[in-house]
Amino acid sequence: MKITINGDATEVSDGLTVAGLLVERKVKMPEMVSVEVNGEILKREDFSATTINDGDAVEFLYFMGGGA
Amino acid sequence: MNLTDEQVERYSRHIILEQIGAAGQEKLLAAKVLIVGAGGLGSPAALYLAAAGVGTLGIADADAVDLSNLQRQVIHHTADVGTAKVASAGARIRSINPDVRVREHPVRVQASNARDILRDYDFVIDGTDSFASKFLLNDAAWFTRKPLSHAGILRFEGQLMTILPGKSACYRCLFREPPPQGAVPSCSQAGVLGVLAGVIGCLQATEAIKHLLGIGQLLTDALLTYDALTMRFRKVPFRRNLECPLCGENPTVTELAGAPEQACDLSKGCNCAC
Ligand SMILES: [Zn+2]
Repeated sequence: MKITINGDATEVSDGLTVAGLLVERKVKMPEMVSVEVNGEILKREDFSATTINDGDAVEFLYFMGGGA
Repeated sequence: MNLTDEQVERYSRHIILEQIGAAGQEKLLAAKVLIVGAGGLGSPAALYLAAAGVGTLGIADADAVDLSNLQRQVIHHTADVGTAKVASAGARIRSINPDVRVREHPVRVQASNARDILRDYDFVIDGTDSFASKFLLNDAAWFTRKPLSHAGILRFEGQLMTILPGKSACYRCLFREPPPQGAVPSCSQAGVLGVLAGVIGCLQATEAIKHLLGIGQLLTDALLTYDALTMRFRKVPFRRNLECPLCGENPTVTELAGAPEQACDLSKGCNCAC
């Protein structure tokens, strides 16, 4: 199916959960990512129960702690 | 407050802007902005806010200038190595613009002092370099209802958001709690493009000025991300989270807490897991 990830149209496997998507996209440190699907921030506990659908807009938002 | 002839000339490029004018410049001169961290983000923010004539600038930083800071912390010069950052930044600000009163806070902002330090300011700029400090400032801004510009940088990427406590989403609406300690590399470990800090710090200063003047639209309820390598800016909207542990309907964070982790600094023998 086709979804957008951080604004880029991307082909991913059908029927993925958010947790599965993080694996498929090889996100190395999922604990470092907040995930937004169609404008809603997901709870981390819901990553494995939330299914991604064709056409969804997914944002991976990374922790960034630097500043000095 | 009436502008002197010299001020009319100094700020003429502001005053000529319809959205600022003499009245706006007077607002800036009466305003108080706190910059937490006189580092990569805080340096450009402080320089521009000083030049802009923000009348009171608070600088909070407990560190001294290190040689490895100079690649990006442009408010400090080579001769300042070893000097307290608040003193170095303060001297530079006064030299740029004697209209600015500098308040030096030579301390690390933490749970015990954050409310007292933030209390007297109109806007807060987060230029800190640890998650503990970023969450602490977000929480302190909420409890004191102070507008905050949050930002983070790493390698070639940066992000920022503006928070109007009680009115717009906070940092915890997006990132509920700090990541596991050591899970995230710090700038000293992973590196950071010096000029990236300048780009993001200047955006934070822009937000401060807009807020003080009440012009434009603030970067609220959205995270702006910037990738210097692809030169791509993206504004990712998100909403205030009803389940936010701080500003949600059933908050679990009800007071400032948590000892600050030391900012990771390899030059001082970093022993964190990053
Ligand atoms: Zn919140």
